[in-house]
Amino acid sequence: MKRILGIAAAGLLLAGHANAATLDEVRARGHLQCGINTGLVGFAAPDDKGVWRGFDVDFCRAVAAAVFGDADKVKFTNLTGKTRFTALRSREIDVLSRNTTWTFSRDVDLQLTFIGVNYYDGQGFMIPKKLGIKSAKELSGASVCIQTGTTTELNLSDYFRANKMTYQPVPVETNSEALTNYLAGRCDVYTTDASGLAATRVATDNPAAHVVLPEIISKEPLGPVVRQGDDQWADIVRWTLNALIAAEEHGVSSANVRKLATGTSNPEIARLLGKSELQGRARLGLAPDWVVKIIAQVGNYGEVFGRNLGPDTPLGIARGLNGMWTRGGLMYAPPFR
Amino acid sequence: MTVSPDAPHDYPPGQHPSLPPPPTSTGIVGWLRGNLFSSLFSTALTIVTVWLLWLLISNLADWMLFDAVVSADSQAACRALDSGACWAVIAARLDQFVYGFYPEPERWRPNLVFVLLIIALAPILYDRTPARKQLLWFSAAYPFIAGWLIYGGIGLTVVPTGMYGGFLLTMIIGITGIAASLPLGIALALGRQSDMIAFRILCTVFIEFARGVPLITLLFVASTMLNYFLPPGTSFDLLVRVLIMVSLFAAAYLAEAVRGGLQAIPRGQYEAASALGLSWWATTRKVTLPQALKISIPGIVNVFVGLYKDSTLVVIIGMLDPLGIARAALADAKWNGLSTETYLFVALFFFVSCFAMSRYSMWLERRLARGEAQ
Amino acid sequence: MTALAIWRQESTRFVALQIGGVLLIFALIAWLLGNVAANFAALDKTFGFGFLWELPANYDINQTLIDYSAQSTHLRAALVGLLNTFLVAAIGIVLATILGFAVGALRLSENWLVSRLASAYVEFTRNTPVLLLILLWHGIIINTLPHPRQALSIADSVFLTNRGVYVPKPLFEDGFLYVLAVFFAGLGATWLLCRRQRDTPARRLSVAVAGVVFSVALAAIAFFLAGNPIRFETPALRGFNYQGGLSLIPELVALTWALAFYTSGFIAENVRAGIMSVDCGQTDAARSLGLPRIRILRLIVLPQAMRVIVPPLTSSYLDLTKNSSLAIAIGYMDLVATLGGITLNQTGREMEAMLLVMAVYLLISLTIAAFMNWYNNRVRLPGR
Repeated sequence: MKRILGIAAAGLLLAGHANAATLDEVRARGHLQCGINTGLVGFAAPDDKGVWRGFDVDFCRAVAAAVFGDADKVKFTNLTGKTRFTALRSREIDVLSRNTTWTFSRDVDLQLTFIGVNYYDGQGFMIPKKLGIKSAKELSGASVCIQTGTTTELNLSDYFRANKMTYQPVPVETNSEALTNYLAGRCDVYTTDASGLAATRVATDNPAAHVVLPEIISKEPLGPVVRQGDDQWADIVRWTLNALIAAEEHGVSSANVRKLATGTSNPEIARLLGKSELQGRARLGLAPDWVVKIIAQVGNYGEVFGRNLGPDTPLGIARGLNGMWTRGGLMYAPPFR
Repeated sequence: MTVSPDAPHDYPPGQHPSLPPPPTSTGIVGWLRGNLFSSLFSTALTIVTVWLLWLLISNLADWMLFDAVVSADSQAACRALDSGACWAVIAARLDQFVYGFYPEPERWRPNLVFVLLIIALAPILYDRTPARKQLLWFSAAYPFIAGWLIYGGIGLTVVPTGMYGGFLLTMIIGITGIAASLPLGIALALGRQSDMIAFRILCTVFIEFARGVPLITLLFVASTMLNYFLPPGTSFDLLVRVLIMVSLFAAAYLAEAVRGGLQAIPRGQYEAASALGLSWWATTRKVTLPQALKISIPGIVNVFVGLYKDSTLVVIIGMLDPLGIARAALADAKWNGLSTETYLFVALFFFVSCFAMSRYSMWLERRLARGEAQ
Repeated sequence: MTALAIWRQESTRFVALQIGGVLLIFALIAWLLGNVAANFAALDKTFGFGFLWELPANYDINQTLIDYSAQSTHLRAALVGLLNTFLVAAIGIVLATILGFAVGALRLSENWLVSRLASAYVEFTRNTPVLLLILLWHGIIINTLPHPRQALSIADSVFLTNRGVYVPKPLFEDGFLYVLAVFFAGLGATWLLCRRQRDTPARRLSVAVAGVVFSVALAAIAFFLAGNPIRFETPALRGFNYQGGLSLIPELVALTWALAFYTSGFIAENVRAGIMSVDCGQTDAARSLGLPRIRILRLIVLPQAMRVIVPPLTSSYLDLTKNSSLAIAIGYMDLVATLGGITLNQTGREMEAMLLVMAVYLLISLTIAAFMNWYNNRVRLPGR
């Protein structure tokens, strides 16, 4: 109650200051408020103890480590495809890390800022192996489970129309609903980003009984989102992502970051870990060892990927497009100079 | 000619002792004949019903109890053990169903709040509670104590509202909604009956609007739009917004129930009070409102039960009430496919609490009627 | 006049309070709207309904009662959603009424077992949340009905699958119009003849029955003369699903069934209260006249009970229509799911979409409330 009155009073005083700085708000609150999925294995799902784990969750923790030096100073808000953008725009959350595709209309019309791409994905189809379908072009007349309010819905409609096929849409709100319907046979095909398909396949009793069709019908660059108009906050979140990628590029991992922080001959690593001065860091309000905190507590991009989505996890997704640019992938961070 | 089987003498007219009733019309047999087998149609109905019940119950009992698995690691393990219901998912996730994601070391706080709730409700619900007057002061202070215990603040670590879930969330929404909507609803009902045209119009417009839209649209407004109505830069917690909307919604329905009670009071009561020179406020407080509330108890309890059940709708805006926890459990790779078990468990919880509430209301009605019986 | 003097005198106090209250409310509304304007300006949002007919919807809907494609406007999508809502409400209301009246009558049965079971049914439906029932029924339906490739078929023309129930669709050709015309002409003639028999109910009944039979016979003759102008399109499994015929998607079945189930408990209670509100002297008098039970119910008890049953009955119907907005939970595209769901999400126009949805529901409620008022006034006992 006191908090409401306090915020209301402060708000009345601030009335007119529409773009209150997010960094100040976060600092005052003492923790980061991060929007994540309601349940998608590998990206954001609670374990049996109720602790949320996943690829998107780890990014939130990285931002918390950057701002506070402590990756646990973050609280999560679960959002459906429907509520995610309004929660961000109404300042309920500070950053949206919820496998969201970067598109023109979202960037421009919904007035959001995508700070980068942390997962290059594409939309695919999953189908039970026993139906014997080998290609997406044979799917005319099928029942397709589709999550509403997503780009997948629009892409599906476009793809089937362009290929002169028809389908029966089965709209669902969340991934778990889709899985329930798919396993019950309510729909023949489940379509979403290929990473989501991998996560869903793993969640079945017998992953080998389901096959992901070879066609990838769209580009789905997934990335974290912040509100438009707050450049300082956008910079912090953007360069957190770049720090994760740059760390992997330069071989900095949670195992050796502390050692490298004390002394290294590589000038780029020195600037990254705060050993030598990085021009402009103070303007963002970050401590000199902000990257050290991130890598030590969360790991570099490769570790985050491997822990949540990699070949050692049930999802078993290969790096592919998400590998380092030096190894044929698209992960390329601008220099820390 | 009367025949007396035991006595050897004749009785004067009208003095014959009564014979016991025929054996087939008393006791168990009599009851069966009267209630179950009174006519051919009734007999057929009884036989068919008993047969159908037998089929239903034996199959259900097999699935729910005899073939069920109570503890296992995953759905696959359940299937390996037996073919019935897999209650292991409830056992594994029971903490989440009850507390949501409330941190474990702080769980004594919701437990304490629940115990205190019973103590706070006792003097309100039952008029022969010992030390009732003192306990009523405690009941008045209870909302603040409970709010402090659950949320934190002075002296206790803050637990943000995003972590509340499961039955804890249902109880929070239900109890807060009931407590907040009652005074508001009564005020609206009085306003709608008022002689002052302006208030009457305003209250009527509000009541008709709130009763005309589905609750889910109001919840969408709470989750997407309510922040636009506040000064730029402020925002209320989602739970607070939901509580506001739910209370306003219930207050409108309550206003209609109380209005029905107010209209049922004979005009003579108003006229007598006015003849005694009582002001409007004194009349309302001492004469009409007590009677109106007594008459509209069934309607009021109906609204409360409806509010309590409607708290499940928050799953659609992303809050983790018991249905949301069930869905989150189904999203886990180990428990997918067990929708019937999880939903039935949640249904059982709601059935028990709502049934208790409606039984209490019937008891209260009987109690108050007894007070009136001359 | 001083403020105290205004307060003391009742008439001025009334006026002052009302003016004060109204001013307060208007000030509150002005403040709220001012905040909205400020927020919109800060976010560079505009308010306008143009998006409804300017932008294409870009999404497909699984059940459309009118023509619709992904290129249609959002307005058309909203219309499809509205028609879907009406469909669910209509079927649900019919089912709920039948179930509710049946269970309500059973509750008053002399058979103890039956009346107790009816009680248990009412208690169960009234104490479970409707959303839970919807999710439960949906889960049961899609898990028990088989996959299209192993569909249950009745007479090889009706198919039950977990994608829907498929029945043959009648296709009417031109000749059918004449058949219909003949049939209705016969019915009209019957009605006219019945009116002339107003004073002799028994003869009226036999005239009515004879008239209807005759009309059907005439229509059948016309049918054969026109060359059987009706074809049935049977559904057939082609590829993934059954194509052709009429289909009922499982979401519709689950939703209507759950809503009917839930509302029937309330209707049963209303019916029981209504029947019990009729003075038992009426039943006693009827029995002493020798009327059998069914005729007592039909001629004496029910007409009087309807006065008590109808108002809560219409409000149950209204509740059912509003509860149909929960369709979004299982993926049935009603008004809230199209306009307030996908359209709201893809265009970002929360305020306009929600206002429109609430306005539509408000219109429906006010219409039903107006009907109820009219009915109440018509059947009101004079002097009460």
